[in-house]
This record gives sequence, C-alpha cells and structure tokens, in this order.
Amino acid sequence: MRKNFQAGLIVAILLFAMPVMAVAGSSDVVVDDAWARASIGTSRPGAAYMTVRNAGAEAVTLTAIATPAAGMAEIHRTATDSRGVSSMSPVGDIEIAPGEAAKLEPGGLHAMLMGLRTPLKEGDSFDLTLRFADGETVAVVVPVLGIAARGPGR
Amino acid sequence: MRRRTLLGGTVLVAAALGAGFAVGLSRTDAPANPKGLLPLPLGEMRFSLSDHEGRNVVPQDLVGRATMVFFGFTSCPDICPTTLADITGWLEALGEDANLLHVVFITVDPARDTVEAMAEYVGYFHPTIRGWTGSPEEIARAADGFRASYERVPAENGNYTMNHTAGVFLFDAEGRFKTIVDYHEPREFALPKIRRVMGDDSGV
Repeated sequence: MRKNFQAGLIVAILLFAMPVMAVAGSSDVVVDDAWARASIGTSRPGAAYMTVRNAGAEAVTLTAIATPAAGMAEIHRTATDSRGVSSMSPVGDIEIAPGEAAKLEPGGLHAMLMGLRTPLKEGDSFDLTLRFADGETVAVVVPVLGIAARGPGR
Repeated sequence: MRRRTLLGGTVLVAAALGAGFAVGLSRTDAPANPKGLLPLPLGEMRFSLSDHEGRNVVPQDLVGRATMVFFGFTSCPDICPTTLADITGWLEALGEDANLLHVVFITVDPARDTVEAMAEYVGYFHPTIRGWTGSPEEIARAADGFRASYERVPAENGNYTMNHTAGVFLFDAEGRFKTIVDYHEPREFALPKIRRVMGDDSGV
C-alpha cells in the first residue's frame, strides 16, 4: 500500500515536472522552472522566465527564442542604474559555460513576448523554442502563472 | 550581480562593458540631472491626479498614514508586476496592519494607462494598492515632487517602453520621506524598513 503510494507520488512528481523540463540532444541543455506571467489582453508585452542549464562539456550559445504565442520574442535584461532608474534592452547572444546556467528571473533576464497572439491565461501553457549557435533547438513548455506570481511554487 | 558568475565569457564581457557604459552615462548625466535631492514631504508636493476609481487625489490625501509609492506603467512586463507582487507580499505579511498604510502605484505612461486600465491592473494585486493616473503635465509634477525620473523609449513596430525610477518610496505618517526600498531588496530587509516607517509615527 505504502509502496503504491510512493510510486504514485513519483509518477505524480514526474508528470508535474515534465512540462517544464526539456532535454536537448547533443547540446545537453536542460531547462527548468519555466513560467510566464498571465497577461491582460494582448496589447501589453508578456514575460517568461526559466533556468537554462548547460549540462554538457562544451559551452553553448543561446542565440534566439521563438514562440507561436507571440509575434516576436527576445531575451531582454532589466537593469537599474545608479540613480535607481530601470530600463530594458535586448541582450543578444548568451553564452553558457559547461555546468553553468542562464537564469531568466524577475528583474533580470526575461523572455520578452511582443505582439501576443492570444492573452496568456493563468493555467494555460504555450510552447517556446530556444535556438543555439550550433543549430540545436530546445523545446520548452511554459506554464502560465498569475499576474502577481513571483515564480513556480511562490 | 550573482548572474555574472553564472554566465559565460561573452556575457561577462558584455555585462562589464554595459556596466562601464552605465557608469559613464550616469556621470555625464549628473550635471544635467540635479536630482541628488530627496523627495519633498508629501504635504509640499503639488499635483492632482485621479485614482483608479476616478476620484480626484492629491498628495496631501496621503498624509496621516505611512505611505508607499511606486512609479511604473501597466505595459511593463517585468519590473512593475514584480514590484507590485513584492508589495503585495509585504502587505500580506503585514496582515491587518496593511490597513494602516497608503500604497500608491503612479503611472509614468498616462497615454496608455487610463483610469480603466489602472483599475483593471491594480485589481490583480493587493486591495490596498491604489493606481493613480492623470494628465502628462500632472504626472510630470508628481515625478518632480518625488524626484523620480522617467522617459519614453521607442521599441519595435512603433511601440514604446518607459525607463523609470524603480524603487519604492516610503514616507512616515507626517508625509516626510524616510527611505527607499530598492528593487531586489529581499523581503527580510524590506519588511523591517516598512514596519519602522509605520512605527515611527503610528505606534505600531
């Protein structure tokens, strides 16, 4: 009985975790903690976050992102200057050393989703593709959390 | 910048260049921006806006309770919802005491942030948070009083985004500026700051 419960629990955890994990072929990129903030309608840009970890032995370079959810998607960085003024700008390529991770998280790097095709509704999810310099792509399923969310489980 | 240690060489170099540029920029900006000044007391500010329920509001309305003010805009995908989510978290942690605070989100993008847009937006966060908007002139006067700055930055496809002061201003119940909760400040530092500002005059 207890074993069944444990097995069930493991399956449940796997099922829960699977949509936010994606493993690349040769580039050994692992993406976890992917999430996006729900949007109000489609007129405002959306933001998605995730941790892109390079589990391989070679450096990888993230060059682009794309999603059917938005007309245009780019990785932007929010930066705050010495006067406390914050701004956002595209970051271009992101090189991730072996064993390191690029963390897209609130207030820093984020996937900026411009021209949303449909509102991002809490509880839904959408596909997002990471493209790397070696031609590899990694597919990520991004769950949509509430507007006031700070991240998965928070 | 914890992230720098996590990323590879290219980004490190880019970040270093970016940081250098930002420092250079703010230095050259300094003479043109004599705003090393502190926010005025709320009672001395002069502006008139509308809250998200369409009521006329002035800064003097905030005197009497400790006050938190944040500038932002509703088309801001990252820092504004994150800050409002932080503020919501602090207010939840304060529980009943949240009622002893005024909390105001002032838009720097009045062209898009109508009263209705503000009402819809703040509705997703803690009910104590009020959204203020108004004419561009009055928004400018408000920012002036807080010594906050903002600017419109063109983006793709004729869109635009706004750069803006991101800290949360804290005032005591007399309307005197006390401190700023910086963006990214962990809750364990932010909450005591808020409680101190409340406790200074409200006896909490």
